[in-house]
Amino acid sequence: MSSDSKRWVASHVAALPKSGIRDFFELVAKMKGQDVISLGVGEPDFVTPWHVREAAIYALEKGKTYYTSNLGMIELRRAIAGYVTEHFSVNYRPEDEILVTVGVSEAIDLALRALCNPGDKVMYHQPCYVSYHPSVALVHAEGIAVPTYAKDGFALTAEALRAAWVPGCKILMLNLPCNPTGGTCSLEQLTKIADFCREKDLLVLSDEIYSELTFDGVHTSIASLPGMSERTIFLHGFSKAFAMTGWRIGYACGPAPLIDAMMKVHQYTMLCASIIAQEAALEALLRGWDSVCKMRDQYHRRRDLVVRRFNEIGLTCHSPRGSFYAFPSVSQLGITEKDFAVGLLQQEKVAVVPGNAFGVNGIGHVRACFATSYEQLIIACDRMDRFVQGVKK
Amino acid sequence: MNPVFKLLLEGGHLSTAQMAQVVGLSEVEVQQHLEQLKKDKIFLGWRPVLDLSREGAGVAVRAVIEVKVTPERGGGFNRLAERLARFDEVESCYLMSGGYDLLVIVDGSSLQKVAGFVSEKLSTLEGVLSTSTHFMLRSYKEGGFLIEQNESSSTRLTVAP
Ligand SMILES: Cc1ncc(COP(=O)(O)O)c(C=O)c1O
Repeated sequence: MSSDSKRWVASHVAALPKSGIRDFFELVAKMKGQDVISLGVGEPDFVTPWHVREAAIYALEKGKTYYTSNLGMIELRRAIAGYVTEHFSVNYRPEDEILVTVGVSEAIDLALRALCNPGDKVMYHQPCYVSYHPSVALVHAEGIAVPTYAKDGFALTAEALRAAWVPGCKILMLNLPCNPTGGTCSLEQLTKIADFCREKDLLVLSDEIYSELTFDGVHTSIASLPGMSERTIFLHGFSKAFAMTGWRIGYACGPAPLIDAMMKVHQYTMLCASIIAQEAALEALLRGWDSVCKMRDQYHRRRDLVVRRFNEIGLTCHSPRGSFYAFPSVSQLGITEKDFAVGLLQQEKVAVVPGNAFGVNGIGHVRACFATSYEQLIIACDRMDRFVQGVKK
Repeated sequence: MNPVFKLLLEGGHLSTAQMAQVVGLSEVEVQQHLEQLKKDKIFLGWRPVLDLSREGAGVAVRAVIEVKVTPERGGGFNRLAERLARFDEVESCYLMSGGYDLLVIVDGSSLQKVAGFVSEKLSTLEGVLSTSTHFMLRSYKEGGFLIEQNESSSTRLTVAP
């Protein structure tokens, strides 16, 4: 086969950049078997709580192997409605305002496909989750990155939003707490952002996948602010808080006409989320809260450990208010984040992700995931210390 | 709450130095917290979790014994239970609600040794009305550790978005 087959690839897909994470993954893969400690992951180190796994096994034993309603099992949607009311103070009708999806990933794709016309402008804060910009590009919309800064703990500000706004902006994607920075907004900042969205008639896609992992203060959903639920699609899932990444299950909540539009795309492209994953998710919502709290408390202690150590080592690091990522700065060492990550991997066998993988505003930083045992984190910090001392010489 | 106690509750096995790192205290401070917990009789001590049913572990049998006793005026169950608990053979001893009074776990190197302990020591104690001995056949979980199906996250990708 000749490389000529490339000519069949759609131009907007060919134009998508290769994920920076992918490059780095290949580098790490080459070091297999060398006692690498990876802080490069984006998922919990906990396995899914046993009662959840057991519920899925039981569902299989009972022969639950068929399609479900396009929207997802009604029992699950009811449980989601209850959970979202309890934890986020927003009410959604299980019948037509909730859609069960294959992870938040699918929900993001569905929302963008259902809402964007070619050329529409979608704002998102940056550094951000690696798939935001490509997802926007895939629907022929235009991404408008709004920078966030270390000095603000990477919280999005209404001022930055206003400065980046251009006519034609239709959607604002929010991810609080944020991957990769752990940044979240104070209620005051969030209120200003909500005011701005109403002023400019922006629809908000709010990806709150890390919300349960908020360590300082309480998490507030923008959808719960006055006048916001009618212009917000609330996206959430089970991957992070319930340690269920491999199950591929999440959901979207929002005004019925928007959920209906997303459902149209979902029904023709996905049909429904896996019934086994739906059964497991139902169990997680009904009886999983204690496990979530236990895991959150451990992440909290791990965060305090790595942030303290990073700052002691000389890797300036704000304390992420949520998520399981620390985003220290490496620029003060006089090397790029890429050189830092590659050097650290090759000399000390610790993997972190260079910040430019999350957009230009991540330059000068690396992402270190602390969803790893205390023992491993302590060793990783010792190794990073040695590496930094070496660079400083 | 005592930060060291929270860490102990997680059930991990960190050294004092590691605990000090995690909670951000000096080793001396961690040691002081541990001492305080000992004084409060919450933290009783460290011991390894062993699967004694393994061949080669040396301890051949473990028995769970249900003991019915007559409570004493003034002392209730305590005097007898405390006396029983002092035997080296007794691994754990609990006062229970329900169909019997004391639950006693006994380790021994052979069936005969455990049987001898039950018939000669335990059942002859004054106040013991009856015993019912169950020998353990196999363990599946010991002190929080699963024996066989070790779960590993080794299939987790090393770098992911
Ligand atoms: C911000 C953010 N959104 C969405 C996802 C994807 O979540 P899901 O597993 O529900 O598709 C991730 C996963 O890393 C994420 O970090």
